[in-house]
Order: sequence, then structure tokens, then C-alpha cells
Amino acid sequence: MLTIKSAAMALALTTAMAAPAIAATMRWAPQRDIVSMDPYSYGDTFTLSVLNHVYEGLVRYDATLQIEPALAEKWEVVSPTVWRFHLRKGVKFHDGADFTADDVLASLKRVSDQTSPLRGNLPAYVSSEKIDDHTVDIHVTENYPLLLNDLTNIHIFDQGWLVTNKAEAPTDVAKGVEGYATSHANGTGPFKFISRKPDVETVFDVNPDWWDKRQHNIDRIVMTPITSPATRVAALISGEIDFTNQAPLQDIPRLQASSNVKVLSNNELRTIFLVMNQSPKAFESDVTDKNPLQDIKVRQALYHAIDADAIQKVVMSGLSRTTGSLVAPAIPGYVPDLDKRLSYDPDKAKALLAEAGYPNGFSFSFLCRNTEFVNEEQICQAVSAMWARVGLRPNLNVGPTTIQDAKFDTLQFDVGTLGWANEPMLDSYSILVQVVHSKTGNAGVFNWGAWKDTEIDGLIDEAGRTIDRTARLALQSKALQRANDLSMFIPVHQQPMAWAVGSNVKDVLQLSDNKARHWLTHMAD
Amino acid sequence: MSVEPKVERETLRVHFARLWDSDLAWNFRNSPLAVVSATVLLVIAFTSIFAGVLMPQNPFDIMQLFLDKANLPPVWSEGGAMPYVLGTDMQGRDVLSAIVYGSRISLVIGVASVAVSMTIGVLVGLLAGYIGGALDNFLMRLADAVMSIPTLLVAILVSAIFRGLLPVEYRDTFAPLILVLALSLTSWVVYARMVRAVTMVEARKEYVMAARIINVPRRRIILKHILPNVMTPALVTGTLNLGLAILAEATLSFLGVGMPSAQPSLGTLIRLGNQYFFSGTWWIVLFPALQLTLIILAVNLLGDWLRDALNPKLK
Amino acid sequence: MLLLVLKRLANAVVVLLFVALLAFTIFKFLGDPVQLMLNPQATQEERDALTQRLGLNDPVPVQFVKFVANAVQGDFGMSYRNQLPVMGVIAERFPATFELVMVSSIAALLIGLPLGVFAAINGGSFMVRVAHIISMIGVSVPAFVIGILLILAFSIELQVLPAFGRGEVVDLGFWTTGLLTSSGRYALIMPAISLALFQISFIMRLVTSEMLEVLRTDFIRFARARGLRARAIYFRHGLRNCLMPVVTITGMLIGDLIAFALVTEIVFQWPGMGFLFVQSVQYVDIPVMAAYLMIVCCIFILINLITDLIYVVVDPRMGATAIGGSNVR
Repeated sequence: MLTIKSAAMALALTTAMAAPAIAATMRWAPQRDIVSMDPYSYGDTFTLSVLNHVYEGLVRYDATLQIEPALAEKWEVVSPTVWRFHLRKGVKFHDGADFTADDVLASLKRVSDQTSPLRGNLPAYVSSEKIDDHTVDIHVTENYPLLLNDLTNIHIFDQGWLVTNKAEAPTDVAKGVEGYATSHANGTGPFKFISRKPDVETVFDVNPDWWDKRQHNIDRIVMTPITSPATRVAALISGEIDFTNQAPLQDIPRLQASSNVKVLSNNELRTIFLVMNQSPKAFESDVTDKNPLQDIKVRQALYHAIDADAIQKVVMSGLSRTTGSLVAPAIPGYVPDLDKRLSYDPDKAKALLAEAGYPNGFSFSFLCRNTEFVNEEQICQAVSAMWARVGLRPNLNVGPTTIQDAKFDTLQFDVGTLGWANEPMLDSYSILVQVVHSKTGNAGVFNWGAWKDTEIDGLIDEAGRTIDRTARLALQSKALQRANDLSMFIPVHQQPMAWAVGSNVKDVLQLSDNKARHWLTHMAD
Repeated sequence: MSVEPKVERETLRVHFARLWDSDLAWNFRNSPLAVVSATVLLVIAFTSIFAGVLMPQNPFDIMQLFLDKANLPPVWSEGGAMPYVLGTDMQGRDVLSAIVYGSRISLVIGVASVAVSMTIGVLVGLLAGYIGGALDNFLMRLADAVMSIPTLLVAILVSAIFRGLLPVEYRDTFAPLILVLALSLTSWVVYARMVRAVTMVEARKEYVMAARIINVPRRRIILKHILPNVMTPALVTGTLNLGLAILAEATLSFLGVGMPSAQPSLGTLIRLGNQYFFSGTWWIVLFPALQLTLIILAVNLLGDWLRDALNPKLK
Repeated sequence: MLLLVLKRLANAVVVLLFVALLAFTIFKFLGDPVQLMLNPQATQEERDALTQRLGLNDPVPVQFVKFVANAVQGDFGMSYRNQLPVMGVIAERFPATFELVMVSSIAALLIGLPLGVFAAINGGSFMVRVAHIISMIGVSVPAFVIGILLILAFSIELQVLPAFGRGEVVDLGFWTTGLLTSSGRYALIMPAISLALFQISFIMRLVTSEMLEVLRTDFIRFARARGLRARAIYFRHGLRNCLMPVVTITGMLIGDLIAFALVTEIVFQWPGMGFLFVQSVQYVDIPVMAAYLMIVCCIFILINLITDLIYVVVDPRMGATAIGGSNVR
């Protein structure tokens, strides 16, 4: 009979009685559950950040978001297409197996499998080769500068464990067979997987044999997702949970007022901006013969009409960072000069519209989601109202991500929202190649506005071939400059992240990538 | 049929006097609960019909929403300001206006779905009961099938089907229609079963037999003789079901499959407000919840009274 | 009798096929699972390949036939969202919903029955009017409003009851129960109340009207005439005669409640089937949605079948035309 400690009563008595049995339990309530215990199941950023407590990559980000050694101790570039990794010795998996080159090979094989959803996270990977038990060569396409960034999120499996449990290939939902790795785990990380009930509770215990120095004092992490923001707040205030990485913005004053809750808020790496469809004809507008959005004056008019400060103050409760830049300051390639917004100036917006030949404005569809970004629906409503005041007639269309994204993909919109965090690369190359570059080959998958600018494409392509970091970033900044000059997008803000912790959590590290790293968390004794 | 206006007014007066003296009216005047409920409903109906004139703001018009007027508390609290009597939400929408416009949507959808389901149900019941045979069998099996799926699930399903079939840009426009359909598709069964039973009894009565023998057309028998007999119980059932219909619409909207946030019904307002329940802006959720409860309670009390009044057996 | 059972079963199968078709068709329009399953950096080719492998390119009738054939064997496929067999995921959630529905139904019977009898016996008194109005409020306040108010009062202000979840549960292997631990029982209180309130009022009103009917019948008058004590008349003769319809209608209510519980489950984040269903709708997890609908309808039909048959056994006059289903909500 297995008794599982779950959200206990808020009674001090219960806590006091539970205390001797479990020294320090971190009760963590995220907004939603992780999708699987298998790090190669989806490219979901949140899931990967949770699984990082159990699994580790060859390299990782340190407390300043710089890359540092993890399972690989050091590495060198042997040739433009070959990287050599020297693996850490003496590392053991949770089941006791030794960590060797075979594990790296098996993991890379699994992640690059034809059916692996995570294949796109390692775009330049060609093959890998075992040199000796603790040395691995990774072959990549020519001059790829961002391999290390990609590897931070490629978690390493134990080869023997994969073979024993017939999980060498990634789980293929289409085959209808449950993958062993979906509900079991065996990594090298600071915590061991104990049990899991999807959407209800997942439990991790400390790994006493971790190779790295233990800086935390957590013995057990119990993760219980609470989707309703109101309930999450109630649970925090009444002490039923210790930590949430999604504190609802509107409830932050109340949480701050509560004596047993501490709020940590900061700006995320994710920039929210508006995309404008560049097709020759508008999708849904009273202008039927052409597309007003192809005119830079119209794009600037839309920009000038938005009172970003009001959105920051009211919709985002003063917690977002209003921006004119497509990337956050922490992202390499960011230039402070590009972080200036076009002024909020409704009269100028009207004048620009008149100049462009639309003195009475025009109607267009405005596509938004209600589940994707922080307060996205409210942002869209506020922006619609602002546009309406300069004579534009936006038709706001809000729906779930699944339905709206299909519309974005097929250009069935005029204006819409997009957010980009540059995960997991943490480099502006990510947004440039995926969002700004025209749709060619692997590039431009999220170029929803269907931009085709040869000059900007050239700059991005060149950056992708440049190994020298400084030269590469200069090229990327130039590309971002051009995107601003053309008013290709209307940046809104870097969205805020807000965590909240109970009084028994002393220290928790919050970085701008919005990932919890509980191996650096300290609970009160 | 043309009648002199004067005569018509005269007959109206007579009719009214007769109505006033009837058992029903006497019963109504002497039931404080029924009088209070009816008054509440009349006030709510009046304000929602004339919302455009009475309310300080049209909450559907984004031009009238100002972010700097967002999150104002009710006027009697500190920081509240006229004309936002019950405060504003985080888009600067006046809560009172939103409630009154929202009540209009809730009432219209409730009444429409009762009307639609009653029409379908009475028709099906008359046909099944009077004609009988294979038609009766088929219609009643269909009714069984509909009743075999929990009502709430049917409504969610139907709502999803139609939303899926419609192009996205029409979904919001047709949302009320979809809801009426979703609610009607299950509730007609109640009327059909009841009407069928009454019809079968009436059809065997002597006067119907006599009419049949002298070759009165079937349609005429059904409309002139049987229909009047089923209308009273159908109307009582309708009133009793109105409360359920309004409640069901609110539940669907609360779950996010009903009215969209651009044209919120009371259920939608509660769903939206629920996100801000602990942020101190309690007025965003509490007032719509009170109004919704008040409407349903008034309708239910009135329906309950009507049933008892028309069913003297229970007195 | 056997013929009747067979006829009902055949009806049930037809209805289930109808439900399956309905469920399956809409899911074709609800959204694109491929978008959710792949990461944002996946290429168009990877998207197309996954669509192909999931069989989403097959003609709709082919997909439907495949679905029904598998469903008959209890195989609803794999959840898109968490890559686990759907049957397992739902089975894991079933105990939570079942316990919630059963506890609130029993509570509703225990409270609603005596109140109903009381109201029928003391017809017209002041207390009865009050009880009547309270019961009207009970059927009028939406369950989600009650839930929200309960959380505000008991979790936030008084901090005596948990705002979410099932508390500590005991795993019996085939069943998880929250009834064996104190935190589990505490966690059940508010969801059960918000779900039961409608039932309490409903049962109370039903008992009252049934009792009034029975009390007007001749044999009660005879009993009175024979000089039996009032209490004996009310309970031995009156209540006993109206108990049967009350119990059967409560039984049918349970079927409805299993579906309706999803509202309560959302408000209290109760890890039951309805909560799973709503989450699946958000993630367009087609297999889970389909299976949930099929399973809930199966339970619903089964309960109705049983109550129907009980009716036939108890009161043969009802025969084949016995009440078909409840439509109280």
C-alpha cells in the first residue's frame, strides 16, 4: 500500500507532524503539467526545464546564462564540421550504471531519429563517433556556431536502460504503444524520479550521489499542477503549496500583501510583438484590391496608435518591459539603440493613414490566442480599442492556440500576435532564422507575415555561416536594424514572469529564461 | 378579419376584466412570492431591452473602453467614480452596463431555446401521439437516443460541432444561435413526451372521435381540438425549463464553450471575473453572479407558482 | 422479460454508435493536434510526416471505422498529450469522479429525504415555506457560483478547507481512495456540497410532491380511519410508497451527475474524468475526448437500463413504456 503525500491540509498541525518524516519537501504548483517524463517527447520548454532536474545535457547554462560544462568536462572544435567532447568521469545514472560515450551516442541517435519531435532542436547534427569510453566526436554541417546552445537541451539517457526497456527509438504516438520512457526515468541529475500521475502529481527525490556539489537542501519535490489561477493563489496563501512559477499578474498585490508569500518577478526573454500579413491582397478587409499592410506608412500608423505604456500599466499590472526591440536585452545580438519605440501619437497615426490613402481607416482581421502568452487576450482587446480610436476597424478574433496557429500558418489573418523567447538557443539567430527569414528550406517556419526581403535574408544566411561570435552578432544586429527600419513587426513588450514562494522557501534562483532550477534552491530549516 | 378599433378595444377591456377576475389572477395577487418574482423579472427585462438608453456605456463598443478607467471599484468604495456605479473591469468596461447587456443575452438565449424546443417538442408530440404507429415508434426511439446522452455533454458537443463547422470569423456572430440550438436539441424531448401522452388521451375522447366520423380534416382536429389542450401543460413546462435553460447557457459560457468574451453573457462575465477573484477586484465576478442567481431564482419561483396554480390537485 | 432486456441492449448499442459518430465527427473540426505535438522549430516536412503517421490524412469514414473497431476492444488509442494509453488515463481518473458523485448523492438522499417528508407533513406552516424558498435557491444558484463562494469563505478567509485537489489518497492497486485519510475527507467536503446542493433541493421537492400524492390516496385515508398513529402512517405507508420513484430517479441523477461533475471538478481542480475532459478539449487530445464521451454515455445508459429494469420488476404495469431517462438539468 503506497501512501502519497499530496496537497496537505493547511493546518499547522499536519505540517508539524509531517516534518520529521520528510526533512524538506518542495511543493510546486505549476499552471499545467509536464507532458511526459520523456525529454524527447515534445519540444515543450516547460517540460524540458522540469525534466532537467532528472536528466542533464553535455553542457548547461550557469547562473548568468553562460554555457558551462555539465556531463562534458571540456570540448574543442577539431575541424569546421567536427566537435570533440571529453566526458566527465565517475558520473553514475540513478540506477547505478556508469556514464560513458555509449550513452551519448545512444541519446544522440534517439534524438535525431526520423520520428523524434525534438529533431529540430539539433538542426546541424550529422553523426557522432566514439573515440574512447569518455570521448565523443560530433559531426555537424559546415560552420555551425550554435551547437553548444542546442546541446543544453539534449538530455542524456543511459544506453543500457534504453536497450533493456526497448526504448532506443523515441515514442511514436501513431503506433499506439506506450513508451517506457514516458512514465519512467533514469538520468544523472540532482533528483531521482519517484512516481507520476499525469495532471495530478509527480514526485522527485534527491539524488545523494549526484556528481556536482549539492547546493540545495530539498529532499523531495512534489509537483501538483493547478490550472486555475485563482485556485493557485488560494493554495499559496493558505500554505498548501510552496512554489509556483506562474503567479497570476493580477493577484500579485494580494500575494505581496500576504505575510507568508513572497513574489519574485522579472522580465522574461520572450518578446511579444504583432505580425502583419504581407500577402498581395488583404485577407479580410474592406480594401479588396490590395493589401494596405504592405505600405510602410500603414504599418507605422498601426505602431504609432498603440499606447504601450497604458498596456504596461493596466493590462500587465506594471510588470512588463515595454520595448521597441524584437529581442530581450539578455539575448546576444540585442542593440540598445534599437530598443526605442515609435512614439504613441494617435494624430500622427491618423495623418499617416491619410497619407497612405486611408483617411477613414480600413477594416482587417486581428488574430489572437487566449492560452499562449501572459494576458494575451486582454492585450489584444486593449490594442483593438486603441486602433479603433484612430479610425481603424480591427475584427478581433480570439481562440485557442491550436485553432489560431493553423490560421497563422495558412495566412488566414491580417494582423496577429507572436512571441519569441529564442529558446533553447538563447541567441537572436533563432528569431532571425525562424521568424524574419523568408520561407526557404528549414528557415522561416514562423515567418507568419510571409516577408521576403533579400537583403535581410542575405544578412541572416551569412550569420549562419560565421563562426566568429563578434562578427556573427554584428551581422545579426544589422538584420534586426533592417527589420526595425522596415517596421516589419510592432514590438509590444518583454512579458513578465512572476514566481511566488511560501515563507519556508529561503532562496530560489530566477533567471530570465523563466526556468526553475531547484538544485540551487534553499528551503528554511 | 377586420374589426372596428373601438370594438377591439372594448373586447380587450372585457378580456382583461375577465383575466383579472380569473382564478389564476386571483391566485397571483395573493401569492407574494409570485408578485415579487414577476416584478424582478419585469425590471430586469425592461432594463435589458432599453439598455442602450439606460446604461452609461455600450460594453460591446471598444471605442467606449478606456484603459485609464480600468479596475475602478464601485462608487461607494474609495476610488470609485460615476458613472461606473458598480465599478469597471480591467478593460475599462462598466460592470453595471456589462451585467445589463449580459442579462439581455442570457434572457434572449434562454427564452429562444425554450421557444424552439417547445415548438419542436409540441409538434413531435402531436404527430407521434395522434398518428402513432411507425412514426411514433421512430420519434420516440429518437427521443430515447437523445436522452441517453447527458444533457450537458450534448450541449458541449453540439456547440463544438457548429463552432467547428462555421468559419472562424462567423463564430462570434452566430454564437447565440449555436447556443440556442445546442440547448434545444435535448430539451424538446420533455415537451414531446408530455404532449404525446396528453394527445393520446385526447384522441380517444368522444368529441375527437365524433369529429373524425364527420370527416373533419386531420390537421384541423390536431390544431383546433388537441393543441389547445396541450398548450397549458406545455407552457408550464416551458416556464419551469426557462430557469434550466438560462442555467445551462451560463454553465456553457463559464466553461468557455458558450458566448465569447467580446459579447459576454452573464456566464462569460463570471468566467472572466473568476480569474480576478483574489486580486481584490471582487466586483467583477460578484455582481454578475448575483444577477444570474436572481434571474434564475425569479424564473423558477414563477414557474413553480404557475404549476401549482394550474394544477389544483396539489393544493 | 429477457426480450425486454435484449431490446434495451440493442437500443443502447445503436445509441452508442450514434454517440461515437457524433463525437468523432466534431473532433475533426476542433483543431490540429500536430501543432501541439511538435515543437515550434519543427519544419513543414516533419509536420506533414506526423500528420501522415497519425492517420489524419485518411478519409473520415476510414478513421471512424478504425476508431469503432478499436473502441469495441476497449482500445481508445494513445493520448496525444501525454503519450499514455487512453483507457489507463481515464481509469486512473474514474475513482475521483465516482467518489465525488457517490458521496454527494448519498448526502443528498440523507438530507433531502427527511426535509421532503417534513415539508409534506407540515404543509402550509411557516417553516415549510422557508424550506421551500431555500430549496428553490438550491436549484437556482449555479454550481460554479457556489464553488467559488465556498472557496472564498473556507479556503481564503477561514483557511480551514483545502482549495484544490483530493488531499492524500490511498492506492489500493485497482482503486485510489481519498476516504481513508483525513486530508482526503476534508478535501471532499466542499466539492461534494457544491455538487449535492442541486440534488438535495431536487430530492426534497420530489419527495414532497410524491408524499402529497400518496397521502391523498384512499388507503392512507383508510389507515387514518382505522386510527393508526400519524407517524406510522407517514413512514410505514406514505414514505414507503414514494420511496421507489425517489430512489430510481436519484439513480438516474447519478448518471447525469457524472457528466455534470465536470463543472465542480474544474472549480476545485478535482482530478476526475471531467477535469481530464476539459483539459483534453484545450489540448485537442482527440482520443481522450472520444473515450470520455463513450465511457460516460455507457455509464449513463447502463444506469438508466438498470433503473428501467428495476421499475419493471417492482411495478410490472410500467412495462416497456417505463420512464426513459432523466432530464433534470
